[in-house]
Amino acid sequence: MTLDDLDATDRHLINRLQDGLPLVARPYAAVAEALGIAEDDLLGRLSRLRDGGVLSRFGPMYHAERLGGGLTLAALAVPEPDFDRVSEVVNAFPEVAHNYRREHELNMWFVLATETPERIAETIAGIEAATGLPVFNMPKEEEFHVRLHLPV
Amino acid sequence: MSVSICPSSSAPTGDEKNHEALDRGVQGLDAADRAIVLATQAGLPLVPDPWGAVGREVGMSGEAVLERMQAMQASGVIRRVAAVPNHYRLGYVANGMTVWDVDDAQIARLGREVAAIEGVSHCYRRPRHLPHWPYNLFAMLHGHSVDEVERQAAVLREHLGEACRDHRILYSSRILKKTGLRLAGARPDAASTDTERRG
Repeated sequence: MTLDDLDATDRHLINRLQDGLPLVARPYAAVAEALGIAEDDLLGRLSRLRDGGVLSRFGPMYHAERLGGGLTLAALAVPEPDFDRVSEVVNAFPEVAHNYRREHELNMWFVLATETPERIAETIAGIEAATGLPVFNMPKEEEFHVRLHLPV
Repeated sequence: MSVSICPSSSAPTGDEKNHEALDRGVQGLDAADRAIVLATQAGLPLVPDPWGAVGREVGMSGEAVLERMQAMQASGVIRRVAAVPNHYRLGYVANGMTVWDVDDAQIARLGREVAAIEGVSHCYRRPRHLPHWPYNLFAMLHGHSVDEVERQAAVLREHLGEACRDHRILYSSRILKKTGLRLAGARPDAASTDTERRG
């Protein structure tokens, strides 16, 4: 499913629901009414967009440290011939929430999300032991803005 | 990917002190809150009464689930309940992590200003790793083309002026993993829910 498969209503829906669902008794009905469509139409579209991969997910976005957990961004400089093997090793850690290849000497960038702040250091030590590579840990020191919105 | 942690080693700003106070206040999420987190972290049910559906999973009324989620949103535990788009599927094929080596004396102000520039989705100060990594300000940009991201980056470069010594744009070329934030089920009665949710 791609951008070409979306009609104008899908686009309104995606734009509207990136801003957030109102926390009211019948939240989808409230959004549907604002968009001028029926609740079951909205639910059908939302399911289709999620199942078709246009949306990665739909639901609450939890704030890791306010849940009492740990979170950090970390990077590795992986030798090119080892990239796929190291990728498998790193991804196998359940604490790795996202992992991206980026074009730089530091070519593997991943987010660690852990149950407790203390687990971050243990997980980094585990990744260093499993990959034989030093992990560059870059925890947030100050957050200026977090607001992903991609208009379609 | 919208969460991160304040390391205890950083000098707290006024805002961070407020966050710390808030963090202390909400770390006592009780077992019922935690059950709701586990039941919804993979997604909210797409049914007319999602609160009731979550409630049936965790043994609570829909009204109680809604009230607790409202409280978690008010305290910032939930940033919002929203659609998370797949950048690539929406045509945002150029996703650049821009990184900047900014004067420490000015970064608090400049970070706030850069974060407010159109197109910046996430913006953080992070530690340098000298000599390999001199960059201390991170700003994510998303565009329909590399050109579009480069134009946005040029606006940031202009704004940072002489306070910025160097910068890079690191484009993502492959998603290696994207499961999002997940808590493991630490309580036995919640673990089954988590397992189901993970499929």
